[in-house]
Amino acid sequence: MTGPRFAIGIDLGTTHSALAYVDIAGSDGEATVHGTLPIPQLTAPGAVESMPLLPSFLYLPHADEMAAGDLVLPWPSDGGHAVGELARSRGATTPIRLVSSAKSWLCHPGVDRRASILPHDAPPEVARVSPLDASTHYLEHVRNAWDHAHPEAPFAEQDVTVTIPASFDPAARELTVEAAKTAGCVSLTLLEEPQSALYSWIEASGGAWRKQVQPGDIILVIDVGGGTSDFSLIAVLERDGELELHRVAVGEHILLGGDNMDLALAHGVARKLAAAGTTLDAWQLRALTYACRSAKEDLLGDTDGLAGTAAQPIVVPSRGSKLIGGSIRTELTADEVGLTIVDGFFPQVEASARPMSRVRAGLAQLGLPYAQDAAVTRHLAAFLGRQLGAVAELAGFDDRIGKGAGGASFLHPTAVLFNGGVFKSALLADRTLATVNGWLAAEGAAPARLLAGADLDLAVARGAAYYGYVRHGHGVRIRGGTAFAYYVGVESSMPAVPGIEPPVEALCVAPFGMEEGTEAQLPGLELGLVVGEPVHFRFYASSVRRQDSVGTLLGAWAPDELQELAPLSATLPPEGRSPGEVVPVRLHARVTEAGTLELEAVPRSGDERWKIEFDVRGERQQDA
Amino acid sequence: MNRTQPPSFDGVKPSLLRRIPLAFGALFGLLANADLAARYAALRDGAVPTPTPTPTPAPVTAAPAPRAPVLKEPSPDAALQLLALLQRDARLIDFVGEDLGGYADAQIGAAARLVHEGCAKVLREHFSLVPVRDEAEGSRVTLQAGFDAAAVRVTGNVVGQPPFAGSLRHRGWRVTEVRLPKLAEQHDARVVAPAEVEL
Repeated sequence: MTGPRFAIGIDLGTTHSALAYVDIAGSDGEATVHGTLPIPQLTAPGAVESMPLLPSFLYLPHADEMAAGDLVLPWPSDGGHAVGELARSRGATTPIRLVSSAKSWLCHPGVDRRASILPHDAPPEVARVSPLDASTHYLEHVRNAWDHAHPEAPFAEQDVTVTIPASFDPAARELTVEAAKTAGCVSLTLLEEPQSALYSWIEASGGAWRKQVQPGDIILVIDVGGGTSDFSLIAVLERDGELELHRVAVGEHILLGGDNMDLALAHGVARKLAAAGTTLDAWQLRALTYACRSAKEDLLGDTDGLAGTAAQPIVVPSRGSKLIGGSIRTELTADEVGLTIVDGFFPQVEASARPMSRVRAGLAQLGLPYAQDAAVTRHLAAFLGRQLGAVAELAGFDDRIGKGAGGASFLHPTAVLFNGGVFKSALLADRTLATVNGWLAAEGAAPARLLAGADLDLAVARGAAYYGYVRHGHGVRIRGGTAFAYYVGVESSMPAVPGIEPPVEALCVAPFGMEEGTEAQLPGLELGLVVGEPVHFRFYASSVRRQDSVGTLLGAWAPDELQELAPLSATLPPEGRSPGEVVPVRLHARVTEAGTLELEAVPRSGDERWKIEFDVRGERQQDA
Repeated sequence: MNRTQPPSFDGVKPSLLRRIPLAFGALFGLLANADLAARYAALRDGAVPTPTPTPTPAPVTAAPAPRAPVLKEPSPDAALQLLALLQRDARLIDFVGEDLGGYADAQIGAAARLVHEGCAKVLREHFSLVPVRDEAEGSRVTLQAGFDAAAVRVTGNVVGQPPFAGSLRHRGWRVTEVRLPKLAEQHDARVVAPAEVEL
């Protein structure tokens, strides 16, 4: 047998990771032989259990903290750290040694993502790790779990797909690939999580998806996980009698998820307790957050709405062994959940509503740049409004964008697919769908239908495995290429005004929609690189400028159109040149098979090429 | 632990809320304390001759086997592991170890919720439980000759030859799968809950 036997999909999540696989040889067309891998992990010191999800947490224990053998795994390990459930539960009581949300740090433009900065509030004696190392640890754990379960089909010989948020910038994509390669992935592809969720839905339908969508449909994927919210739009087209799927737009990176909701509830309850004279310490607050999560799930899991149950009791256990005397009892009322979660995170806003402030606001923040507006629906309204033109260039969508009816203020989706644990609550899914349908009704459009039947926890891993299988030519593939056009900043040649920084123009180096394995043309404009000195370029991405081709020079743009990313840097080796010499180069973009963007500097003559690096050291200029 | 007359009782009969901790307390108390077990057995035996129309089930005692019995010595590790899980997730040892006398039912109820939720989690995560009989309780069932006496216990008017017809009183529970964590070789299972010292 040649080629890989399995297509492996890894959901490298902010709060949980999972592995799914498709047996390529055993599958036939849309009938796949697939499964998910239970991941052995430490659940208590010295106790190993297999669980479907691996919590994406890394714990860095003190040398005296664990007894010998406490960190043992079914495979050889250095025993210096814990990953998974034990890391999470230990970290809850000793947060200074816990690395969490590594994935959010991986795409934090304000920090050096290769530097040992996590846990970011650890005291000096804790040996910190970089966001890249943490991601590598999770992937290594998953690889070891696979190799342990499948010694006959080594991980390194299989096709691996790792999922990333659709909004990941090129630098974060490259770092994810680097982590995966270090962890032992050889044949590797990246896949956007919302696409993965749709692949999982397609796989689960067993071919019936063709009856559930028609040409002209626009599928809105709403993925609200533990730590991030991610939106994508996928258009359904018909070509030569076959349905085609095109991912036409992705949303911004929004650090907002289910964990924020639990915390918001817990703080509300803690305030209530404080008003009654009971103050909770940090340990109790964590226990309260945990209790609020399950009470919330009970209250929100009821499809009849919050009217069914008035309140759920909440008990914060005592820390000591006097359980009955020391526990604190309170309750979480349906009103509190309604106010905090349903109206706080999913308010029924107008389609014209926008988040209170820009998501990536602060530059020099120490912590993660959490979304400043908690309303998922407002972020969604902003996304659909910004992407009004997403299908303008595709045939058959005129009535969706107001060309026919006139006056659409946002892109009209026709179907909605939910993903992420938050939508296990039917109430929240209903509220979100009702809000979108309210916007559609206000503009005289038909309501969007729900594409049901996804497994909200494992869909991303499953979809990724299915994608690996599809890449072998066994099913429909979502097309779309890059969801951004990329630009570098060029100083304008206007006459200099003393005291005023010369205005920056944006030169398009990679157009929207570059497919994997393709190269962009060379732009006409040349930039000067100084031999032997690092040169930095400002770097921009646009999720809306679909029409710009390589070489387009933008003198001005709306604040919403271009997002500034971490800068690029290039250093020309001094070989054969004198240091300080300025070499004119053109920038050449290419999208690798794995799905990362590569930029090279090409001099006017000769066949030399120098790699342009994404600057992940967080030295973003303050005036950006 | 088996004091049955705390001051806050309305009458002689403890409420269901109170009977739950009482039952847990009895289980562990009897296992740990031979004297207590002896008193319990006496109490129980004393109850048997009361004039009830139906005979009570035979008391569960380790009946001596008729011939050369080979009794298995259970490995304490799995029991200790389960106890550790019940303490970690349900605080069972803490709960059962407390004297209920000084607490109001509301306080006990609050703690019982934790214990109940935690026990349910331990059962759900570590055991797959199915009923022994699928029929609804109260329905008529027929036991053919050669039925598995370990899985079905006949009670009441046990006379004659199978097939037996009777009414299903309890569906029974069968564990189809046990998923206990694997332990490191050096792991000391006797520490079912480590002491916690906050620095």
